[in-house]
Amino acid sequence: MSRTRVPLHELAHSRAGDKGNTLNISVILYRAEMYETVARQLTAERVAEAFSFRKPTRVTRYDLPELGAFNFVLENALEGGVNGSLGLDGHGKTLSFAMLQIPVEIGAG
Amino acid sequence: MLPVHIGCGAGFAGDRSDVAGPVVDELVGRPGERFLIFETLAERTLALALQGAREQGGEGYSPSLERLVRPVLRKCLDSGIRIVGNFGAADPGAGAKKLKEIAASFGRPDAKVAAVEGDDLTGVLTARQLAEREVGDTLLSDSPAIVSANAYLGARPVAEALDLGADIVITGRVSDPALVLGPLVHCARWRENDWDLLAAGTLAGHLLECGAQVTGGYFADPGYKDVPGLEDVGYPIAEFHEDGSIIVSKPAGTGGRVDRQTVLEQLLYEIHDPAAYLTPDVTLDIRAVRIAELGDDRVSVVGAKGRPRPETLKATVCFEGGVLGEAEISYAGPNARARARLAADVVSRRMRDRAPGLPVRIDMIGVQSVFSGISFDPSPPGPAGDCGDIRLRFATEAPDAATAGLLLDEVEALYCAGPAGGGGVRRRLARRYKSASCLIERGLVAPRAYFVD
Repeated sequence: MSRTRVPLHELAHSRAGDKGNTLNISVILYRAEMYETVARQLTAERVAEAFSFRKPTRVTRYDLPELGAFNFVLENALEGGVNGSLGLDGHGKTLSFAMLQIPVEIGAG
Repeated sequence: MLPVHIGCGAGFAGDRSDVAGPVVDELVGRPGERFLIFETLAERTLALALQGAREQGGEGYSPSLERLVRPVLRKCLDSGIRIVGNFGAADPGAGAKKLKEIAASFGRPDAKVAAVEGDDLTGVLTARQLAEREVGDTLLSDSPAIVSANAYLGARPVAEALDLGADIVITGRVSDPALVLGPLVHCARWRENDWDLLAAGTLAGHLLECGAQVTGGYFADPGYKDVPGLEDVGYPIAEFHEDGSIIVSKPAGTGGRVDRQTVLEQLLYEIHDPAAYLTPDVTLDIRAVRIAELGDDRVSVVGAKGRPRPETLKATVCFEGGVLGEAEISYAGPNARARARLAADVVSRRMRDRAPGLPVRIDMIGVQSVFSGISFDPSPPGPAGDCGDIRLRFATEAPDAATAGLLLDEVEALYCAGPAGGGGVRRRLARRYKSASCLIERGLVAPRAYFVD
């Protein structure tokens, strides 16, 4: 069976939240059996790279296997946050979908 | 005294004013103790309320108070549904008086309305003492003009007001979950070290505090996560049981959905370490939480764990943050992208000469804005490889309106002096408040609840 690349959006849903200049993004799998597949690929390093345009100073992944979910915390990723950013979305609310466009490989292997 | 039924009538100050009605109608039909909470106090709301009070003769409480509470106040009072809301902002006493006045206009001058105060730190700590307690940054070391400083109070003063017989409790800054935990502590008489129960009550608060975010609001993604009747999304009600289990539901006949997915999204919302969500009352650990669908938009949530509360209280300090200036202009049709790019260059060059060092952010809405800087598919839609309809946005931040206005003037001047076909300029200046976080010794804060007449 060949491997296929799909956006994370096909496998998971997500919500972003802000506290000051820190962003958290949940990744919640539609099917719990995909947990290992996603856990292997969606590392904190990979997410840091995908969000390099926001220059986070640190990315932490918290694993919640019983809930079939991950929680990513990206520090200093909000261009100053809602009170400081010059961007349109100072809360970073749209960024859950930046997470969901990260490609992941599914299939055998 | 359990189970207790707690509904949420607003998740933020800008929330809909017609959503609390169905929640109250549902609560009326339920037995036992019932409460309605309103969460209306975002980080900056307090500073904005203070500014409103000082400069525009406004009140120090949240301007959303009357709009959100009036539609349901009479029915709540007549049905024994008690109201807890953090409308108080900079002046909980004034907010409580306003509610008393509205209740009197309904023929209920006997309503017992309590204010919870003690969160205001401006008379407690000097600017220097606040700066010494700042965490995560050193914004306060530059001696900014402080507008407000408030500690996050916990559930105890809310419970105390209810113990005294309040029908309505108006707080200033309290932790959002305390709006729910307060009524639970009042009803269940938990001790200060009943950590698991306090954690379960805090979890109930966390699930309710953002209103529809747990019942299908802020959730829909067509084809992936569809939500029926989003235009009439029902607001949540939590039923809290003796053993700490929570059942989340919404009023019958409303839109939205309550299931594992909607609850899980809200469970993780604004959480950092899932093992340690810090509140004034308890440290909440959600790692072992279990969510079970009961059908008919009812979900059971169990498994919150609690550990001792933090030694210190968090406080938010708001200070003057200059002026945000924004201006926009549109370019459309053939070669729109190149003309927009040229307009951006023209304004950038002129600003470099006229206001060196002033930050200028440029977004090309329709091409790239909120994901600015991310690599994207270079094959653009539209005829002849163009984007078709671009909104060019400029933004700056300056210490004063005159400086920020320099950018706005440059964007407006594109009407006559920029590239061909620019139109629809809009410009806006807004005062900015920035905030810093501090950790405050509990002993410095003396929460109190009192009735207004």
